[in-house]
Amino acid sequence: MASDRIFGLVVVIGALAFFAGALQIQTSFLSDPLGPRVFPILISGASLLCGLSILARPDPEPHWPARAAWVAMGAALVVLVAYAYAVVPLGFLIPTALASAAIGYLIDPKPVQSVIMGAALSAVLYVIFKFGLGLGLAALPRALMG
Amino acid sequence: METLANLSMGFGVALTPFTLFLAVAGAFLGTIIGALPGLGPSNGVAILIPLAFALGLDATQSLVLLTSVYYGCMYGGRISSILLNIPGDEPAMMTTLDGYPMARQGRAGDALVISGVASFMGSFLSTVGLVVIAPVLASIAYLFGPAEYFALYALAFATLGGMTSSNQAKSAFAACLGLGLAVIGLDNATGLPRFTGGNLHLMDGIDFLVAIVGLFAISEIFIFIESHGRSSAIGVTLGKLTIPWADLKATFATMLRSTGLGFIAGILPGAGASLGSFMAYMAEKSWVGSSGRFGKGDPRGVAAPEAGNNAAAGGAMIPMLTLGVPGSGTTAVMLALLMTLDITPGPLLFKEQPEVVWGLIASLFIANVVLLVINVPMVKLFVKILMVPPWILMPMVTMVSFVGIFSLSGSYFDMLVMIAFGVLGYVLRKLEVPTVPVILGILLGSAMEDALRRAMVISDGDWTYLFSTPIALGLWLFAAGGFLAPMFLRRLVKRPPIPPSDMPLDAD
Repeated sequence: MASDRIFGLVVVIGALAFFAGALQIQTSFLSDPLGPRVFPILISGASLLCGLSILARPDPEPHWPARAAWVAMGAALVVLVAYAYAVVPLGFLIPTALASAAIGYLIDPKPVQSVIMGAALSAVLYVIFKFGLGLGLAALPRALMG
Repeated sequence: METLANLSMGFGVALTPFTLFLAVAGAFLGTIIGALPGLGPSNGVAILIPLAFALGLDATQSLVLLTSVYYGCMYGGRISSILLNIPGDEPAMMTTLDGYPMARQGRAGDALVISGVASFMGSFLSTVGLVVIAPVLASIAYLFGPAEYFALYALAFATLGGMTSSNQAKSAFAACLGLGLAVIGLDNATGLPRFTGGNLHLMDGIDFLVAIVGLFAISEIFIFIESHGRSSAIGVTLGKLTIPWADLKATFATMLRSTGLGFIAGILPGAGASLGSFMAYMAEKSWVGSSGRFGKGDPRGVAAPEAGNNAAAGGAMIPMLTLGVPGSGTTAVMLALLMTLDITPGPLLFKEQPEVVWGLIASLFIANVVLLVINVPMVKLFVKILMVPPWILMPMVTMVSFVGIFSLSGSYFDMLVMIAFGVLGYVLRKLEVPTVPVILGILLGSAMEDALRRAMVISDGDWTYLFSTPIALGLWLFAAGGFLAPMFLRRLVKRPPIPPSDMPLDAD
């Protein structure tokens, strides 16, 4: 109930913001009869109706995870974002081993098993991608590769 | 006659050694993906698309590879349904109802063989149906103008929303979300930026492959972490494999009936394989009546849903190829593949690039034969692979997704967008908002807007033009029906109890 009320409210606000954004789109005098604004405005109208309807008839409360699971999922998010930033400057092998180990640990918290799996997975995937599929991946940090 | 000539040309394209190799590799990978709980056809195909590009495969080759994966998933899903009582993917859900009881009675091998043969019947016959119906539908599609196309897209969203969700407002919102995301970037007609906030990365719009991999694969990671990958159902051991001829003979008629039903379910835009197997099982149960032992290990209860979901997979290819409107989540992903290859599905595809269409159809026949061979005699191999625990599987899925997206553009920005879609996908799934309409919206958004604007150019801004032809009017009526009918049907048809599962299921 409460989740869907919040969700419906977010949809309504989002639809209004989208509408406001659509009005800001520049049009050119060389445009077709409809122009670039009308389709986004139609979408915002439809979303507004959906949001109001979710508010009016909310579903039963979904089963949200416990606090520990939120922490674990937050940690996974941090790992993924860090991986996206790290994989280009640091090469494939090290970030992949660390990120795989971290995600494996978050699913099944056994440290040794996760570290071994991370290292093995990183090496196996590198061989498959580099030599099997011929993708251009740098193995190690740029500084070390010269 | 012309069809046969086209088909033999298709086999000419598909029977080269390399394409044949791709079909076998795809069928093998697909069976694994389908069998592993947590990986289904839509996210399996999604994470493989970027890799198909990185490999530099041409249009026919990538299509052969990915349709083999798609068909393979439909075969593979049954393995864990029968052995673990956990459906490998959503279309295989109904197979648990009689498959697992059969396995408990020591007939796991029989159930696997019957369902394998049923899968073959379903997908082989529906591919024949594809050959017959697709060219006819393609020639009808020539009559479609912008008004009809606009109505057709509305129909796809309406039926997809109506069928896949229990809350129509939420699925309609999902479609709006996708359409809204499709608007981001430079406007096709005027070249002016929309909703980019001045960010240069957003000028080209949001790459739908990035969105698909995020929504389907990355969101899965969060679901698995939340559930700690609980899949501790104890498997049933598989004895010696023999071919149960008597059962195959007894279920032959079942397979034929279910194939017909599944095929029809597949052709309907938005219905897909899950509905195909559901309809086939329910129809078979009421056809047989009280003499059946459905739910307690009746072989017909294994044959019906498997023939149904495989037939639906073939049927779903028809609207995707002839109209450019996918019938399910996985065919939406296939449409994304076609669009990235600069192939526009639709009637013109049949005329201008017949080698792509017929090569694809020929490779579907080949994939089916390959799948029958690897899924009946070699099924034990896949049973071993099923034992891969989630703490290895999910890091692997993550890394393959990252490498795939990275190899598309080489930009960290795309990876961040993918993660953002992963978080969005998790929240949407928790709130029971279906994610397939979001994908469909991102994919079809610009075509839909284009159709609307061209219609308005033709009519000089007269909105009644959208309802002016009988075809368009029929499509609008169908759309309204498809959106509203499930609200009433839901009260009439009760779903049979599906075994509770901690594992998340993927839509097809």
